[in-house]
Amino acid sequence: MKINNYIFVKDISLKKNSLKNNRNFIAGSIIVVFMMIFMLVGMIASPYDPTAIDSSAKFQGMSLAHWFGCDNFGRDILSRVMEGTYATFKVAFGTVIIGTLFGIIVGALTGYYGGLIDEILMRINDSIFAFPSILLALLFISLLGAGTYQVTLALGIAFIPSFARIVRAEFLKAKNMDYVKVAKLMGASDFRIIFIHILPNTYTVLLSSIMIGFNNAVLAEASMSFLGIGVQPPDPSLGRMLSEAQIYLAKAPNYALFPGVAIILLILGFSLMADGIGRD
Amino acid sequence: MEDKKLILKVTDLNIEFHDHLIPETVVFDFDLDLYEGEIVGLVGESGSGKSMSAMAIAGLLDRKHMNKRGSIDYDGIDLLNCKRDKLRTIQGNDIGIIFQEPLTSLNPVYRIYDQVEEPLRIHTSLTKEERYEKVLKALKDVELDDPELVMKQYPHELSGGMRQRVMIATAMIMEPKILIADEPTTALDVTIQAQIVKVLKKLNKEHGTAIIFISHDLSLVEKLCERVLVMKSGYIVESGLTKDIFNNPKEEYTKKLISAIPRIDFD
Repeated sequence: MKINNYIFVKDISLKKNSLKNNRNFIAGSIIVVFMMIFMLVGMIASPYDPTAIDSSAKFQGMSLAHWFGCDNFGRDILSRVMEGTYATFKVAFGTVIIGTLFGIIVGALTGYYGGLIDEILMRINDSIFAFPSILLALLFISLLGAGTYQVTLALGIAFIPSFARIVRAEFLKAKNMDYVKVAKLMGASDFRIIFIHILPNTYTVLLSSIMIGFNNAVLAEASMSFLGIGVQPPDPSLGRMLSEAQIYLAKAPNYALFPGVAIILLILGFSLMADGIGRD
Repeated sequence: MEDKKLILKVTDLNIEFHDHLIPETVVFDFDLDLYEGEIVGLVGESGSGKSMSAMAIAGLLDRKHMNKRGSIDYDGIDLLNCKRDKLRTIQGNDIGIIFQEPLTSLNPVYRIYDQVEEPLRIHTSLTKEERYEKVLKALKDVELDDPELVMKQYPHELSGGMRQRVMIATAMIMEPKILIADEPTTALDVTIQAQIVKVLKKLNKEHGTAIIFISHDLSLVEKLCERVLVMKSGYIVESGLTKDIFNNPKEEYTKKLISAIPRIDFD
Protein backbone atom coordinates (compact mmCIF):
# COMPACT_ATOMS: atom_id res chain seq x y z
CA MET A 1 0.00 0.00 0.00
CA LYS A 2 2.80 2.34 0.95
CA ILE A 3 4.68 1.56 -2.22
CA ASN A 4 1.62 2.32 -4.27
CA ASN A 5 1.21 5.66 -2.59
CA TYR A 6 4.79 6.52 -3.25
CA ILE A 7 4.50 5.79 -6.95
CA PHE A 8 1.32 7.80 -7.17
CA VAL A 9 2.92 10.86 -5.57
CA LYS A 10 5.93 10.56 -7.80
CA ASP A 11 3.74 10.43 -10.90
CA ILE A 12 1.94 13.60 -9.91
CA SER A 13 5.16 15.52 -9.32
CA LEU A 14 6.50 14.38 -12.69
CA LYS A 15 3.39 15.59 -14.43
CA LYS A 16 3.33 18.92 -12.67
CA ASN A 17 6.65 20.28 -13.87
CA SER A 18 7.33 18.00 -16.78
CA LEU A 19 9.75 20.40 -18.51
CA LYS A 20 11.84 20.76 -15.38
CA ASN A 21 12.04 17.00 -15.03
CA ASN A 22 12.60 16.35 -18.69
CA ARG A 23 16.19 15.19 -19.12
CA ASN A 24 16.26 15.77 -22.87
CA PHE A 25 15.05 19.31 -22.48
CA ILE A 26 17.55 20.09 -19.74
CA ALA A 27 20.49 18.57 -21.62
CA GLY A 28 19.41 20.40 -24.77
CA SER A 29 19.13 23.74 -23.06
CA ILE A 30 22.52 23.33 -21.39
CA ILE A 31 24.15 22.71 -24.77
CA VAL A 32 22.27 25.62 -26.36
CA VAL A 33 23.22 27.98 -23.54
CA PHE A 34 26.85 26.84 -23.83
CA MET A 35 26.82 27.56 -27.57
CA MET A 36 25.24 30.96 -26.96
CA ILE A 37 27.96 31.88 -24.48
CA PHE A 38 30.59 30.57 -26.90
CA MET A 39 29.11 32.76 -29.60
CA LEU A 40 28.81 35.84 -27.38
CA VAL A 41 32.43 35.51 -26.24
CA GLY A 42 33.38 35.45 -29.90
CA MET A 43 31.41 38.64 -30.52
CA ILE A 44 32.70 40.54 -27.49
CA ALA A 45 36.19 39.21 -26.88
CA SER A 46 37.38 37.13 -29.78
CA PRO A 47 40.97 36.03 -29.02
CA TYR A 48 42.17 37.02 -32.50
CA ASP A 49 40.74 38.82 -35.49
CA PRO A 50 39.07 35.91 -37.34
CA THR A 51 40.21 37.24 -40.72
CA ALA A 52 43.78 38.25 -39.74
CA ILE A 53 46.35 36.29 -41.74
CA ASP A 54 49.58 35.26 -40.04
CA SER A 55 51.85 33.35 -42.40
CA SER A 56 54.20 32.30 -39.59
CA ALA A 57 51.37 30.42 -37.86
CA LYS A 58 50.29 28.31 -40.88
CA PHE A 59 48.86 24.92 -39.81
CA GLN A 60 50.02 25.44 -36.28
CA GLY A 61 48.66 22.70 -34.03
CA MET A 62 46.70 23.20 -30.85
CA SER A 63 48.62 25.34 -28.37
CA LEU A 64 48.01 27.73 -25.50
CA ALA A 65 48.22 30.70 -27.85
CA HIS A 66 45.90 29.11 -30.45
CA TRP A 67 43.61 26.66 -28.60
CA PHE A 68 42.12 25.12 -31.73
CA GLY A 69 45.22 25.70 -33.86
CA CYS A 70 45.53 27.69 -37.09
CA ASP A 71 44.35 27.15 -40.65
CA ASN A 72 46.06 27.26 -44.03
CA PHE A 73 46.40 31.08 -43.85
CA GLY A 74 47.50 31.08 -40.23
CA ARG A 75 44.14 32.34 -39.03
CA ASP A 76 43.08 31.38 -35.50
CA ILE A 77 40.53 28.55 -35.75
CA LEU A 78 38.94 29.25 -32.35
CA SER A 79 38.11 32.83 -33.37
CA ARG A 80 36.86 31.64 -36.72
CA VAL A 81 34.65 28.93 -35.21
CA MET A 82 33.20 31.52 -32.83
CA GLU A 83 32.53 33.95 -35.63
CA GLY A 84 31.30 31.15 -37.91
CA THR A 85 28.88 29.88 -35.27
CA TYR A 86 27.49 33.39 -35.04
CA ALA A 87 27.13 33.61 -38.82
CA THR A 88 25.40 30.23 -38.97
CA PHE A 89 23.15 31.11 -36.05
CA LYS A 90 22.22 34.41 -37.66
CA VAL A 91 21.20 32.75 -40.91
CA ALA A 92 19.32 29.93 -39.16
CA PHE A 93 17.52 32.39 -36.88
CA GLY A 94 16.51 34.64 -39.75
CA THR A 95 15.38 31.64 -41.77
CA VAL A 96 13.20 30.37 -38.96
CA ILE A 97 11.71 33.83 -38.38
CA ILE A 98 10.80 34.27 -42.06
CA GLY A 99 9.55 30.69 -42.33
CA THR A 100 7.49 30.80 -39.15
CA LEU A 101 6.03 34.24 -39.71
CA PHE A 102 4.80 33.60 -43.23
CA GLY A 103 4.09 29.96 -42.41
CA ILE A 104 1.77 31.04 -39.62
CA ILE A 105 0.03 33.61 -41.80
CA VAL A 106 -0.45 31.19 -44.71
CA GLY A 107 -1.36 28.26 -42.46
CA ALA A 108 -3.80 30.31 -40.39
CA LEU A 109 -5.57 31.79 -43.41
CA THR A 110 -5.86 28.49 -45.27
CA GLY A 111 -6.78 26.45 -42.23
CA TYR A 112 -9.28 28.91 -40.83
CA TYR A 113 -11.05 30.10 -43.96
CA GLY A 114 -10.69 27.07 -46.23
CA GLY A 115 -12.36 27.31 -49.63
CA LEU A 116 -10.77 29.12 -52.53
CA ILE A 117 -8.01 30.85 -50.57
CA ASP A 118 -7.04 27.43 -49.18
CA GLU A 119 -6.94 25.86 -52.62
CA ILE A 120 -4.82 28.63 -54.13
CA LEU A 121 -2.31 29.04 -51.31
CA MET A 122 -1.94 25.34 -50.61
CA ARG A 123 -1.39 24.46 -54.26
CA ILE A 124 1.38 27.09 -54.43
CA ASN A 125 2.64 25.61 -51.20
CA ASP A 126 2.59 22.09 -52.65
CA SER A 127 4.56 23.15 -55.67
CA ILE A 128 7.22 24.75 -53.47
CA PHE A 129 7.14 21.72 -51.20
CA ALA A 130 7.77 19.39 -54.13
CA PHE A 131 11.36 20.67 -54.47
CA PRO A 132 14.01 19.79 -51.89
CA SER A 133 14.59 22.94 -49.83
CA ILE A 134 18.29 23.11 -50.70
CA LEU A 135 17.52 22.93 -54.42
CA LEU A 136 14.92 25.63 -54.01
CA ALA A 137 17.34 27.78 -52.05
CA LEU A 138 19.89 27.28 -54.84
CA LEU A 139 17.32 28.53 -57.30
CA PHE A 140 16.69 31.66 -55.23
CA ILE A 141 20.44 32.20 -54.81
CA SER A 142 20.89 32.11 -58.55
CA LEU A 143 18.22 34.77 -58.81
CA LEU A 144 19.31 36.93 -55.86
CA GLY A 145 23.07 36.33 -55.82
CA ALA A 146 25.18 34.78 -53.04
CA GLY A 147 25.66 36.26 -49.59
CA THR A 148 24.41 36.03 -46.00
CA TYR A 149 21.16 37.93 -46.48
CA GLN A 150 20.34 36.23 -49.74
CA VAL A 151 20.86 32.81 -48.16
CA THR A 152 18.65 33.78 -45.23
CA LEU A 153 15.89 34.96 -47.52
CA ALA A 154 16.18 31.96 -49.84
CA LEU A 155 16.12 29.42 -47.02
CA GLY A 156 13.34 31.34 -45.30
CA ILE A 157 11.13 31.12 -48.38
CA ALA A 158 12.02 27.47 -48.84
CA PHE A 159 10.96 26.80 -45.24
CA ILE A 160 7.54 28.47 -45.43
CA PRO A 161 5.60 25.46 -46.81
CA SER A 162 6.48 23.05 -44.01
CA PHE A 163 5.49 25.55 -41.33
CA ALA A 164 2.34 26.47 -43.22
CA ARG A 165 1.27 22.83 -43.32
CA ILE A 166 1.81 22.29 -39.63
CA VAL A 167 -0.06 25.46 -38.69
CA ARG A 168 -2.84 24.69 -41.15
CA ALA A 169 -3.39 21.24 -39.66
CA GLU A 170 -3.60 22.74 -36.18
CA PHE A 171 -6.06 25.40 -37.31
CA LEU A 172 -8.24 22.83 -39.07
CA LYS A 173 -8.41 20.94 -35.80
CA ALA A 174 -9.07 24.00 -33.67
CA LYS A 175 -11.56 25.87 -35.80
CA ASN A 176 -14.35 23.42 -35.06
CA MET A 177 -13.75 23.46 -31.33
CA ASP A 178 -16.54 24.86 -29.25
CA TYR A 179 -14.37 27.58 -27.75
CA VAL A 180 -13.91 29.04 -31.21
CA LYS A 181 -17.68 29.03 -31.71
CA VAL A 182 -18.06 30.70 -28.34
CA ALA A 183 -15.54 33.33 -29.36
CA LYS A 184 -17.42 33.87 -32.61
CA LEU A 185 -20.65 34.27 -30.73
CA MET A 186 -19.00 36.78 -28.45
CA GLY A 187 -18.57 38.83 -31.58
CA ALA A 188 -14.79 38.45 -31.74
CA SER A 189 -13.29 39.43 -35.08
CA ASP A 190 -11.64 36.81 -37.30
CA PHE A 191 -8.27 38.41 -36.58
CA ARG A 192 -8.86 38.05 -32.84
CA ILE A 193 -10.06 34.47 -33.18
CA ILE A 194 -7.08 33.46 -35.32
CA PHE A 195 -4.31 35.12 -33.35
CA ILE A 196 -5.66 35.32 -29.81
CA HIS A 197 -7.94 32.31 -29.50
CA ILE A 198 -6.45 29.65 -31.77
CA LEU A 199 -2.75 30.46 -32.26
CA PRO A 200 -1.73 30.11 -28.57
CA ASN A 201 -3.30 26.66 -28.59
CA THR A 202 -0.87 25.48 -31.25
CA TYR A 203 2.22 26.32 -29.22
CA THR A 204 3.44 22.79 -28.38
CA VAL A 205 3.43 21.73 -32.00
CA LEU A 206 4.67 25.07 -33.24
CA LEU A 207 7.51 25.34 -30.74
CA SER A 208 8.97 21.93 -31.47
CA SER A 209 8.65 22.45 -35.20
CA ILE A 210 10.44 25.78 -34.85
CA MET A 211 13.29 23.96 -33.09
CA ILE A 212 13.42 21.28 -35.77
CA GLY A 213 13.20 23.97 -38.44
CA PHE A 214 16.14 25.71 -36.78
CA ASN A 215 18.19 22.52 -37.03
CA ASN A 216 17.34 22.10 -40.66
CA ALA A 217 18.30 25.71 -41.24
CA VAL A 218 21.68 25.22 -39.55
CA LEU A 219 22.34 22.19 -41.74
CA ALA A 220 21.10 23.95 -44.85
CA GLU A 221 23.25 27.02 -44.20
CA ALA A 222 26.29 24.82 -43.58
CA SER A 223 25.63 22.95 -46.83
CA MET A 224 25.18 26.17 -48.78
CA SER A 225 28.40 27.63 -47.40
CA PHE A 226 30.10 24.29 -48.02
CA LEU A 227 29.07 24.64 -51.65
CA GLY A 228 30.43 28.18 -51.62
CA ILE A 229 27.19 30.07 -52.11
CA GLY A 230 26.50 31.06 -48.52
CA VAL A 231 28.61 33.39 -46.42
CA GLN A 232 31.32 34.81 -48.66
CA PRO A 233 35.05 34.68 -47.83
CA PRO A 234 36.97 36.02 -46.00
CA ASP A 235 34.11 36.03 -43.44
CA PRO A 236 34.14 32.72 -41.61
CA SER A 237 31.28 30.25 -41.67
CA LEU A 238 31.16 26.72 -40.31
CA GLY A 239 30.22 25.13 -43.62
CA ARG A 240 32.84 27.07 -45.52
CA MET A 241 35.55 26.12 -43.01
CA LEU A 242 34.61 22.45 -43.41
CA SER A 243 34.83 22.65 -47.17
CA GLU A 244 38.25 24.33 -46.99
CA ALA A 245 39.45 21.89 -44.36
CA GLN A 246 38.71 18.76 -46.34
CA ILE A 247 41.76 19.40 -48.53
CA TYR A 248 43.99 19.41 -45.47
CA LEU A 249 42.21 16.62 -43.61
CA ALA A 250 45.33 14.50 -43.20
CA LYS A 251 47.63 17.44 -42.46
CA ALA A 252 45.45 19.36 -40.02
CA PRO A 253 42.54 17.27 -38.72
CA ASN A 254 41.79 19.90 -36.07
CA TYR A 255 40.82 22.32 -38.85
CA ALA A 256 37.84 20.12 -39.82
CA LEU A 257 37.15 18.82 -36.32
CA PHE A 258 36.17 22.03 -34.54
CA PRO A 259 33.73 23.54 -37.04
CA GLY A 260 32.16 20.08 -37.30
CA VAL A 261 31.79 19.79 -33.55
CA ALA A 262 30.24 23.27 -33.43
CA ILE A 263 27.59 22.24 -36.00
CA ILE A 264 26.90 19.00 -34.15
CA LEU A 265 26.49 20.79 -30.81
CA LEU A 266 24.14 23.42 -32.27
CA ILE A 267 21.93 20.76 -33.80
CA LEU A 268 22.09 18.37 -30.89
CA GLY A 269 21.12 21.09 -28.42
CA PHE A 270 18.06 22.22 -30.35
CA SER A 271 17.03 18.66 -31.23
CA LEU A 272 17.05 17.64 -27.59
CA MET A 273 15.04 20.71 -26.66
CA ALA A 274 12.51 20.01 -29.42
CA ASP A 275 12.24 16.42 -28.26
CA GLY A 276 11.67 17.57 -24.71
CA ILE A 277 8.93 20.00 -25.72
CA GLY A 278 7.28 17.50 -28.04
CA ARG A 279 7.13 14.87 -25.33
CA ASP A 280 5.79 17.33 -22.74
CA MET B 1 -48.35 34.99 -22.91
CA GLU B 2 -50.01 37.66 -25.00
CA ASP B 3 -48.84 40.49 -22.77
CA LYS B 4 -45.19 39.60 -23.32
CA LYS B 5 -43.11 41.09 -26.07
CA LEU B 6 -42.13 38.94 -29.04
CA ILE B 7 -38.35 39.10 -29.34
CA LEU B 8 -37.51 36.42 -31.86
CA LYS B 9 -39.56 35.16 -34.73
CA VAL B 10 -38.29 32.26 -36.82
CA THR B 11 -40.35 31.46 -39.89
CA ASP B 12 -40.01 28.63 -42.38
CA LEU B 13 -36.38 27.91 -41.59
CA ASN B 14 -34.92 25.29 -43.89
CA ILE B 15 -31.35 24.11 -43.67
CA GLU B 16 -29.82 22.09 -46.43
CA PHE B 17 -26.31 20.65 -46.62
CA HIS B 18 -24.44 20.69 -49.88
CA ASP B 19 -21.22 19.05 -48.87
CA HIS B 20 -22.12 15.71 -50.44
CA LEU B 21 -23.23 14.77 -53.91
CA ILE B 22 -26.87 14.68 -52.93
CA PRO B 23 -28.12 17.71 -50.98
CA GLU B 24 -29.43 16.74 -47.59
CA THR B 25 -32.04 18.75 -45.74
CA VAL B 26 -31.74 18.58 -41.98
CA VAL B 27 -34.36 21.13 -40.90
CA PHE B 28 -37.75 21.57 -42.57
CA ASP B 29 -40.02 24.60 -42.05
CA PHE B 30 -38.91 25.38 -38.53
CA ASP B 31 -41.11 27.99 -36.85
CA LEU B 32 -40.53 29.52 -33.44
CA ASP B 33 -41.92 32.55 -31.67
CA LEU B 34 -39.86 33.42 -28.64
CA TYR B 35 -41.32 35.83 -26.10
CA GLU B 36 -39.37 37.87 -23.60
CA GLY B 37 -38.35 35.97 -20.49
CA GLU B 38 -39.78 32.59 -21.35
CA ILE B 39 -38.07 29.21 -21.45
CA VAL B 40 -38.76 27.11 -24.50
CA GLY B 41 -37.71 23.49 -24.66
CA LEU B 42 -36.54 21.91 -27.87
CA VAL B 43 -36.61 18.14 -27.60
CA GLY B 44 -36.04 15.24 -29.91
CA GLU B 45 -33.66 12.41 -30.59
CA SER B 46 -30.12 12.86 -31.87
CA GLY B 47 -30.04 14.08 -35.43
CA SER B 48 -33.50 15.57 -35.30
CA GLY B 49 -32.22 19.04 -36.15
CA LYS B 50 -32.44 20.66 -32.72
CA SER B 51 -28.88 21.88 -32.58
CA MET B 52 -28.85 22.94 -36.23
CA SER B 53 -31.87 25.18 -35.68
CA ALA B 54 -30.24 26.66 -32.61
CA MET B 55 -26.97 27.26 -34.45
CA ALA B 56 -28.88 29.04 -37.16
CA ILE B 57 -30.48 31.31 -34.57
CA ALA B 58 -27.07 32.03 -33.06
CA GLY B 59 -25.69 32.76 -36.52
CA LEU B 60 -23.00 30.12 -36.15
CA LEU B 61 -23.73 28.09 -39.25
CA ASP B 62 -21.09 27.88 -41.94
CA ARG B 63 -21.63 30.11 -44.88
CA LYS B 64 -20.29 27.56 -47.31
CA HIS B 65 -21.67 24.19 -48.39
CA MET B 66 -25.05 25.11 -47.05
CA ASN B 67 -28.35 26.46 -48.22
CA LYS B 68 -30.55 28.28 -45.75
CA ARG B 69 -34.05 29.56 -46.42
CA GLY B 70 -36.60 31.32 -44.29
CA SER B 71 -36.07 34.16 -41.88
CA ILE B 72 -34.95 34.68 -38.31
CA ASP B 73 -36.29 38.03 -37.26
CA TYR B 74 -34.67 39.63 -34.25
CA ASP B 75 -35.57 43.24 -33.54
CA GLY B 76 -36.29 43.87 -37.21
CA ILE B 77 -33.00 42.32 -38.35
CA ASP B 78 -32.91 39.08 -40.31
CA LEU B 79 -30.14 37.13 -38.61
CA LEU B 80 -30.06 34.53 -41.35
CA ASN B 81 -29.25 36.88 -44.19
CA CYS B 82 -27.75 40.02 -42.66
CA LYS B 83 -24.21 41.31 -43.07
CA ARG B 84 -21.52 39.72 -40.98
CA ASP B 85 -20.56 42.83 -39.02
CA LYS B 86 -24.18 43.54 -38.18
CA LEU B 87 -24.52 39.98 -36.94
CA ARG B 88 -21.44 40.47 -34.83
CA THR B 89 -22.93 43.34 -32.84
CA ILE B 90 -25.94 41.19 -31.99
CA GLN B 91 -23.93 38.07 -31.22
CA GLY B 92 -22.53 38.23 -27.74
CA ASN B 93 -24.50 41.34 -26.92
CA ASP B 94 -27.98 39.92 -27.31
CA ILE B 95 -27.52 36.19 -27.84
CA GLY B 96 -25.50 33.90 -25.62
CA ILE B 97 -24.82 30.19 -26.04
CA ILE B 98 -23.83 27.25 -23.87
CA PHE B 99 -22.58 24.06 -25.44
CA GLN B 100 -22.92 20.45 -24.48
CA GLU B 101 -19.29 19.69 -23.83
CA PRO B 102 -17.81 22.04 -21.22
CA LEU B 103 -14.37 20.52 -21.80
CA THR B 104 -14.00 21.94 -25.29
CA SER B 105 -16.00 25.12 -24.92
CA LEU B 106 -13.36 26.83 -22.81
CA ASN B 107 -10.06 27.81 -24.35
CA PRO B 108 -7.42 25.67 -22.61
CA VAL B 109 -4.65 28.29 -22.65
CA TYR B 110 -6.41 31.14 -20.88
CA ARG B 111 -7.40 31.68 -17.28
CA ILE B 112 -11.09 31.70 -16.44
CA TYR B 113 -11.04 35.43 -15.73
CA ASP B 114 -9.82 36.30 -19.22
CA GLN B 115 -12.46 34.14 -20.84
CA VAL B 116 -15.38 35.50 -18.87
CA GLU B 117 -14.08 39.01 -19.39
CA GLU B 118 -13.66 38.61 -23.18
CA PRO B 119 -17.16 39.82 -24.24
CA LEU B 120 -16.77 42.91 -22.05
CA ARG B 121 -13.47 43.69 -23.70
CA ILE B 122 -14.99 43.35 -27.15
CA HIS B 123 -18.32 45.06 -26.65
CA THR B 124 -17.89 47.65 -23.91
CA SER B 125 -15.49 50.41 -22.94
CA LEU B 126 -15.53 49.67 -19.21
CA THR B 127 -12.41 50.24 -17.13
CA LYS B 128 -10.40 47.36 -15.73
CA GLU B 129 -11.95 47.67 -12.27
CA GLU B 130 -15.49 47.78 -13.61
CA ARG B 131 -14.82 44.71 -15.69
CA TYR B 132 -13.42 42.89 -12.69
CA GLU B 133 -16.53 43.70 -10.66
CA LYS B 134 -18.79 42.44 -13.44
CA VAL B 135 -16.85 39.20 -13.85
CA LEU B 136 -16.93 38.62 -10.11
CA LYS B 137 -20.66 39.22 -10.02
CA ALA B 138 -21.28 36.93 -13.00
CA LEU B 139 -19.30 34.14 -11.37
CA LYS B 140 -21.19 34.64 -8.10
CA ASP B 141 -24.49 34.57 -9.99
CA VAL B 142 -23.79 31.08 -11.28
CA GLU B 143 -23.16 30.01 -7.68
CA LEU B 144 -19.51 29.10 -7.91
CA ASP B 145 -18.15 28.52 -4.43
CA ASP B 146 -14.95 30.52 -4.58
CA PRO B 147 -15.12 32.90 -7.57
CA GLU B 148 -11.86 34.68 -6.69
CA LEU B 149 -9.96 31.40 -6.85
CA VAL B 150 -11.76 30.11 -9.95
CA MET B 151 -10.87 33.30 -11.82
CA LYS B 152 -7.17 32.53 -11.55
CA GLN B 153 -7.51 28.90 -12.62
CA TYR B 154 -7.23 27.26 -15.99
CA PRO B 155 -10.09 25.20 -17.46
CA HIS B 156 -8.34 21.87 -16.86
CA GLU B 157 -8.28 22.60 -13.13
CA LEU B 158 -12.08 22.75 -12.90
CA SER B 159 -14.67 20.00 -12.74
CA GLY B 160 -17.27 19.55 -15.47
CA GLY B 161 -19.98 21.24 -13.44
CA MET B 162 -17.75 24.19 -12.60
CA ARG B 163 -16.77 24.58 -16.24
CA GLN B 164 -20.39 24.59 -17.28
CA ARG B 165 -21.08 27.30 -14.68
CA VAL B 166 -18.20 29.32 -16.07
CA MET B 167 -19.71 28.88 -19.54
CA ILE B 168 -23.03 30.16 -18.28
CA ALA B 169 -21.29 33.12 -16.65
CA THR B 170 -19.52 33.89 -19.95
CA ALA B 171 -22.74 33.66 -21.89
CA MET B 172 -24.65 35.77 -19.37
CA ILE B 173 -22.12 38.52 -18.73
CA MET B 174 -23.52 40.83 -21.40
CA GLU B 175 -27.01 40.09 -20.07
CA PRO B 176 -28.27 38.80 -23.41
CA LYS B 177 -31.97 38.75 -24.28
CA ILE B 178 -31.71 35.19 -25.56
CA LEU B 179 -29.67 32.32 -24.16
CA ILE B 180 -29.33 29.17 -26.21
CA ALA B 181 -28.52 26.16 -24.07
CA ASP B 182 -27.50 23.34 -26.40
CA GLU B 183 -27.80 20.23 -24.24
CA PRO B 184 -26.00 21.94 -21.37
CA THR B 185 -26.51 19.05 -18.98
CA THR B 186 -25.86 16.02 -21.16
CA ALA B 187 -22.21 15.69 -20.18
CA LEU B 188 -22.90 16.11 -16.46
CA ASP B 189 -24.11 13.72 -13.79
CA VAL B 190 -27.59 13.93 -12.37
CA THR B 191 -26.94 16.01 -9.25
CA ILE B 192 -24.92 18.57 -11.19
CA GLN B 193 -27.64 18.64 -13.86
CA ALA B 194 -30.16 19.68 -11.25
CA GLN B 195 -27.87 22.45 -10.00
CA ILE B 196 -27.20 23.79 -13.48
CA VAL B 197 -30.91 23.80 -14.27
CA LYS B 198 -31.52 25.66 -11.01
CA VAL B 199 -28.95 28.28 -12.01
CA LEU B 200 -30.54 28.68 -15.43
CA LYS B 201 -33.95 29.12 -13.89
CA LYS B 202 -32.62 31.69 -11.44
CA LEU B 203 -30.91 33.69 -14.20
CA ASN B 204 -34.08 33.54 -16.24
CA LYS B 205 -36.05 35.04 -13.37
CA GLU B 206 -33.51 37.67 -12.34
CA HIS B 207 -32.46 38.95 -15.75
CA GLY B 208 -35.54 38.14 -17.78
CA THR B 209 -33.44 36.25 -20.31
CA ALA B 210 -35.38 34.06 -22.68
CA ILE B 211 -33.87 30.59 -22.85
CA ILE B 212 -34.01 28.08 -25.66
CA PHE B 213 -33.29 24.86 -23.84
CA ILE B 214 -32.26 22.02 -26.11
CA SER B 215 -32.29 18.59 -24.58
CA HIS B 216 -33.27 15.01 -25.04
CA ASP B 217 -33.83 14.71 -21.33
CA LEU B 218 -37.57 15.21 -21.04
CA SER B 219 -37.69 15.14 -17.27
CA LEU B 220 -35.53 18.28 -17.18
CA VAL B 221 -37.59 19.93 -19.89
CA GLU B 222 -40.76 19.21 -18.01
CA LYS B 223 -39.43 20.92 -14.89
CA LEU B 224 -37.85 23.89 -16.61
CA CYS B 225 -39.79 24.90 -19.70
CA GLU B 226 -43.11 26.61 -20.20
CA ARG B 227 -43.40 25.58 -23.81
CA VAL B 228 -41.98 22.65 -25.75
CA LEU B 229 -41.24 21.96 -29.39
CA VAL B 230 -40.82 18.31 -30.27
CA MET B 231 -38.63 17.63 -33.29
CA LYS B 232 -38.16 14.51 -35.34
CA SER B 233 -35.95 14.12 -38.40
CA GLY B 234 -36.00 17.81 -39.18
CA TYR B 235 -39.67 18.50 -38.61
CA ILE B 236 -41.46 20.00 -35.64
CA VAL B 237 -43.96 17.25 -34.95
CA GLU B 238 -45.66 18.84 -32.00
CA SER B 239 -45.54 22.09 -30.06
CA GLY B 240 -47.44 23.70 -27.23
CA LEU B 241 -47.48 24.29 -23.50
CA THR B 242 -45.41 21.82 -21.53
CA LYS B 243 -48.25 20.62 -19.34
CA ASP B 244 -50.54 20.02 -22.31
CA ILE B 245 -47.95 18.05 -24.18
CA PHE B 246 -46.89 15.99 -21.22
CA ASN B 247 -50.43 15.27 -20.06
CA ASN B 248 -51.97 14.82 -23.44
CA PRO B 249 -49.47 14.05 -26.21
CA LYS B 250 -51.04 13.90 -29.62
CA GLU B 251 -48.25 12.41 -31.70
CA GLU B 252 -47.14 8.83 -31.41
CA TYR B 253 -43.51 9.98 -31.34
CA THR B 254 -44.10 12.33 -28.41
CA LYS B 255 -45.85 9.56 -26.49
CA LYS B 256 -42.85 7.32 -27.03
CA LEU B 257 -40.45 10.03 -25.89
CA ILE B 258 -42.47 10.66 -22.74
CA SER B 259 -42.77 6.98 -21.92
CA ALA B 260 -38.98 6.78 -22.11
CA ILE B 261 -38.47 9.17 -19.18
CA PRO B 262 -36.91 7.61 -16.13
CA ARG B 263 -38.69 9.39 -13.29
CA ILE B 264 -36.59 11.39 -10.85
CA ASP B 265 -37.51 14.38 -8.75
CA PHE B 266 -35.00 17.00 -7.78
CA ASP B 267 -36.82 19.99 -6.26
